[in-house]
Amino acid sequence: MRLPASLLIGGVLFALFAAAALLSFLWTPYDHTAMAISDRMLRPSAQHLLGTDHFGRDILSMIMVGARTSIAVAILAVGIGMAAGVPLGLLAAANRGSLLDEIIMRGNDLVFAFPSLVIAILITAVFGPSATNAIIAIGIFNIPVFARVARGGALPLWTLDYVMAARVAGKGKIRISLEHILTNIANLLIVQGTIQFSLGILAEAALSYVGLGAQPPTPSWGRMLADSQTMISLAPHMAIFPGLAIVFTVLGLNLVGDGLRDILDPRVRRER
Amino acid sequence: MTLLSVRNLDLLIHGTPILRDVGFDIRAGEVFGLVGESGSGKSLSALACMGLLPRGSTANGTASMGGENLLALSERRLCTLRGNEIGMIFQEPMTALNPVKTIGDQVAETLVIHGAATRAEALATAREKLDRVGLTADRFPLTRYPHELSGGQRQRVCIAMAIAMHPKILIADEPTTALDVTTQAQILDLLDDLRREEGMALWLITHDLAVVAGMADHVAVMKEGRVVEAGATEPLFRTRAHNYTRALFAASNHVPVRHARPAAAAPVLEVTDAERAYRQPRSSLFRPAEPHVAVAGVTLRIALGESVGLVGESGCGKSTLARAILGLEPLQAGAIRIGDRDVEAGRYPPEIRRRIQVVFQDPYGSFNPRHRVGRLVAEPFHLTGRPPDAEARVDQALIDVGLSPADKSKYIHEFSGGQRQRIAIARALLTRPDIIVLDEAVSALDVRVRAQILDLLSALQGEYGLSYLFISHDLSVVRAITDRVLVMKAGRIVEEGPTDRVFAAPEHAYTKSLIAAVPRIPDDWQEDMHGARQALD
Repeated sequence: MRLPASLLIGGVLFALFAAAALLSFLWTPYDHTAMAISDRMLRPSAQHLLGTDHFGRDILSMIMVGARTSIAVAILAVGIGMAAGVPLGLLAAANRGSLLDEIIMRGNDLVFAFPSLVIAILITAVFGPSATNAIIAIGIFNIPVFARVARGGALPLWTLDYVMAARVAGKGKIRISLEHILTNIANLLIVQGTIQFSLGILAEAALSYVGLGAQPPTPSWGRMLADSQTMISLAPHMAIFPGLAIVFTVLGLNLVGDGLRDILDPRVRRER
Repeated sequence: MTLLSVRNLDLLIHGTPILRDVGFDIRAGEVFGLVGESGSGKSLSALACMGLLPRGSTANGTASMGGENLLALSERRLCTLRGNEIGMIFQEPMTALNPVKTIGDQVAETLVIHGAATRAEALATAREKLDRVGLTADRFPLTRYPHELSGGQRQRVCIAMAIAMHPKILIADEPTTALDVTTQAQILDLLDDLRREEGMALWLITHDLAVVAGMADHVAVMKEGRVVEAGATEPLFRTRAHNYTRALFAASNHVPVRHARPAAAAPVLEVTDAERAYRQPRSSLFRPAEPHVAVAGVTLRIALGESVGLVGESGCGKSTLARAILGLEPLQAGAIRIGDRDVEAGRYPPEIRRRIQVVFQDPYGSFNPRHRVGRLVAEPFHLTGRPPDAEARVDQALIDVGLSPADKSKYIHEFSGGQRQRIAIARALLTRPDIIVLDEAVSALDVRVRAQILDLLSALQGEYGLSYLFISHDLSVVRAITDRVLVMKAGRIVEEGPTDRVFAAPEHAYTKSLIAAVPRIPDDWQEDMHGARQALD
């Protein structure tokens, strides 16, 4: 089978950052916390490939370690969203039109109705800024997304004959949801997961930008941007490189999501 | 006079040969029938002539009409021909119309696109055409939307669109397959009248030999991308020179060998005064919603080893009744007794569920595509607990339906429609039920496969003493395989009796109209069916 170009390009882009994050556990060009005031705001050069920041820290090293933060926060946030959202969505679909369905879906609408970043700020402001709180805040807003995707994907399946046959075989709603529904909406969930992953990285960057994400000295792309903004005319590379890191990761993940959709969704596949 | 002449039409899609050396002529003003089973290439032949082939197709040969080769024309030229000279209607009237545009606009659109009229004139013509196809102004104003119409009415709108520009030829691709039998008869009559009035040719594509027999002047029979036999309808149907034509013929008239059943057997299923109503959305804030009564006061009884047919048109409540009998839906009133136990609809204990199993219509939607056949067939063991000889019983069920135990490790997409229906039957057999509900179980199959499945069902009935509840809108199938038949209309049983008696001498007016509407191959065309039977074997 030929892979769609978007999947290849996106996959390579994302793999690059994922590899950098993994590599940072073993090796970075410099210690990302080591300051060297004399070497501050150096332009990119052979010694410092992406230059240094206003404390003389190596930007490449910081971006590598920052990738770790971004990816970890986003993965955990998507995990929370999936773990809570998918069962809720399946439950709502299995009991379509019931009071339970109404409660779940109106609860979803309620969460959707709040601007997610404002609530995330609220949560981190109340419980204190930290990576963990950022994960929880972003994760909560992933729940309704996955609940809706799961319910939407499950509803048409419930009308299919094989679900009917399973009911004739005496299987209950939960059993059918796990055995027949979940396996057949997995592709939808994977695609949505990829897209939420990229949104999670953006959200983490935004929270860190306002100082509510991972706390120093843990590097974070969002805070690197925030730190650089007063010096943008003096040292534009300080903003450009973390900015590019965010852009390329998010772009890569979106392309992967698109490509996966092309492969996994038979309706799109037929049209190609 | 030849209107459209197709010669040496070869079609490749992504390099795979689909059509090979297809050739036929359509004369002006005649009805030309193109028959064949699914996948024989009959629809693609029509699409090739319309220039509407899927991407990756290459068509060679000629399809000459009015001195032009349709296969070689530019898209721009084809656009002026489509709708103008060649009209087309499709099988699925539900999807052939745009749901967000009114029927008046959709009919008028054809005229405006071809520059034949201004919008105002086009709407006037649209009114005229809709009147002509039987959608009169008082009941069907131009401002109606497709969702407000029934399937038959939508097909009429499609016909009005297709004839708006007075095409020379109208291609009808399975125009009545999705419709009920009485609606089918009306649509076919309408098409024939229009052909005569407009003097256009009608190219009728269908799998139904009887429809062709009743309408077509000339027929071509297609098999695997080739035309195997062609000629004037009556002589072709009488002689059936080609083996394949004979086989199709035999299959469409096939009556499986029935086994004698025990006389005065105990009832396995009794339904008494079943009633099922659905809540409808309120039409007014201050009035309670009127419930929609899907099943009203239905009583039926099936004895051990008996086959009972339940016929009726779509929306008559037969599927709702089936779901209630299967224990999937509650009833508002009435009683169900299975074997010697009274059960509550919608709450069957596993022991009762085991005794009543089901085969559905759609061979593609009946199986979870992600499970292997072994697991799919074994699913009903959920009811009984997995017995120690589970594997052996799955093997036996597969053998019973003519498949092999080795098929257990395959996925469902590796099987054809007919094989999938066999797997569905194997799944239904697994718990050794007393009764199997066959909900349109052979409706989606080609005639030859259908004949084989009917034979299989009949053999299994003899072997295991099964009872069948055979739900279908296809009267010929019901006639072939049932002992007794119930006719359902608007939620009620209007007639009930031995199948032979009901078909030979229907009593209720509705039954009469149903039976009269079934297209038939004239009896005197069907002599020498002996040779035909041999061709099937």
